[in-house]
Amino acid sequence: MQAYLEISKVGIEFNTESGKFRALQDVNLKIDQGEFISLIGHSGCGKSTVLNILAGLYQATEGGIILDGKEVNAPSPDRAVVFQNHALLPWLSVYENVELAVKQVFKGHKTRAEMREWIDYNLALVHIEHAKDKRPHEISGGMKQRVGIARCLAMQPKVLLMDEPFGALDALTRAHLQDSLMEIHADLGTTVVMITHDVDEAVLLSDRIVMMSNGPAASVGEILAITLPRPRSRLALAEDPDFVHARQQVLQFLYDKHKFTGAAAA
Amino acid sequence: MSSLVLNPIRSDVGEAAMTDTIDSTQTKPAEQESAALAPWRYSAWSIPPAARRILRGTSLSVIGILLFMLLWQATANNIDTSLGKFPGPIQVISQVQNMADEYQREQQRRVDFYARQQTRNDELLRSDPGAEVRIRPYTGRPTFLNQILISLVTVAFGFALAMLVAIPLGIVCGLSETLYNAVNPLIQLFKPVSPLAWLPLVTMLVSALYVSDDPLFEKSFVTSAITVALCCLWPTVINTTVGVASVDKDLINVSRVICLPTHVHIRKIVLPSAIPLIFTGMRLSLATGWMVLIAAEMLAQNPGLGKFIWDEFQNGSSDSLSRIMVAVIVIGFIGLILDKLMLTVQRYISWDKQTVLR
Repeated sequence: MQAYLEISKVGIEFNTESGKFRALQDVNLKIDQGEFISLIGHSGCGKSTVLNILAGLYQATEGGIILDGKEVNAPSPDRAVVFQNHALLPWLSVYENVELAVKQVFKGHKTRAEMREWIDYNLALVHIEHAKDKRPHEISGGMKQRVGIARCLAMQPKVLLMDEPFGALDALTRAHLQDSLMEIHADLGTTVVMITHDVDEAVLLSDRIVMMSNGPAASVGEILAITLPRPRSRLALAEDPDFVHARQQVLQFLYDKHKFTGAAAA
Repeated sequence: MSSLVLNPIRSDVGEAAMTDTIDSTQTKPAEQESAALAPWRYSAWSIPPAARRILRGTSLSVIGILLFMLLWQATANNIDTSLGKFPGPIQVISQVQNMADEYQREQQRRVDFYARQQTRNDELLRSDPGAEVRIRPYTGRPTFLNQILISLVTVAFGFALAMLVAIPLGIVCGLSETLYNAVNPLIQLFKPVSPLAWLPLVTMLVSALYVSDDPLFEKSFVTSAITVALCCLWPTVINTTVGVASVDKDLINVSRVICLPTHVHIRKIVLPSAIPLIFTGMRLSLATGWMVLIAAEMLAQNPGLGKFIWDEFQNGSSDSLSRIMVAVIVIGFIGLILDKLMLTVQRYISWDKQTVLR
């Protein structure tokens, strides 16, 4: 049976000054609708490249991606991206930032009043409706990232792609946003592919964790299914043996890989 | 990936352009502190520190100007030219008074002319009600104020013409590396060309192409304006290109994911982020244009400030040098005001009200 999102035999080569550089080789992954997937791996292992290919921002050199029966070969609001540093337009208010996307995606499908309602709804979803007339420089980093998420959700994407969305935030803010994201995922059943460096975050949020081997020519190393029941509570899970075990497995993988590259380099 | 390999010339220009907009929001904490620590230093005068700082700034510039004037006067008195002594500040200031009187006289002459004509026509009509009455325009020589106005209109025209070409060209060059590479050599080639080199060519082109029995503008005006445009094009083209090419990559990716059509992409993402550099370019352009204008007017005989200086020079009276000096100072002041004007416009248009513009 065809998966909702299927990455098959994807590889990519970049032309650099010192010749061709192969970043990814033979990446295969099948993702079901509504699944929450985390990509984890060492820096430079090509996680972001996978995400960029999924987004259509990069073109795979070989292999391909099929989403909901259609090939992915260009960017589209179908695959909204939450960028690490929020990427809000500083000259637009919070509301206008979301509006820019909504106007484009629902042009001809929603009336002006419906669009307004839809934008407000999405801002409320990430608890940011009180700041909708503020400019990005007037709100905190966590709030900016909430707006980034609202902008993506408002495009009603088939897959939500997140590139280290909480990487630049402090621990407390990050925890709040993770909780919000879990809520939203439970409510909307969005399919999510998220890149992260944070092992706890991966285990807490994901249905499956995809661990990537180190580059060059990186590929999928191992896939770990997290079967912890939802809704998950970070406090309750902190001492849950399954949680601790999953966490230990991911760390083990990362640690082994690191040792391996360390040995190779030496 | 392409943005990583920026053309070295391009990044150079970017840096050069940026230096013009570097903001410095330094306050002087040390000074405030010392004022707080030593209240006796100003309590007797009871001047608040902020006022003190302004006072100090202005008094320093006044001292600077006075010293300069002293030096000028001292040197000027020792220089003999074929038109008499070189004018010092005192002669220049009295010349300003002189020129103001001249303006009054010229205005009076104009009023008198129309009054005379009116009475003549009235008399004519009284003696013969069917008579054809002609009203002739006054053709006295332009006053200094007229000449300033003509210069301003000419530079505005040339500047507007240049911007109409430069901003779109800069945007297109910034968006497309291919086009940039095609156009860049031409920009680099024409950028250093002096207005005096263009002028004969422009004059001939205007004479050949701008043929009309009843021209809307004088040929000398069109020639001067086009020369100004040709010379003040480049800073805006280059700065706009740099501004457009250096839009944050994430914002471009956002635009790609949302699938914004090109015109929305330019309006909502490219232009707002390039605005500061576009304005830097425009300010440099306007300054260049104003500088070029005087030379162009001298040669094209457009009746503005350039022609005023040229005529005084040719005229060679004992007043000429001080009159030219008045024009020089006026040109400087207007240049200053034009730049402040652009800054005000930028403050009004730019979305970023936080940066200190200077």
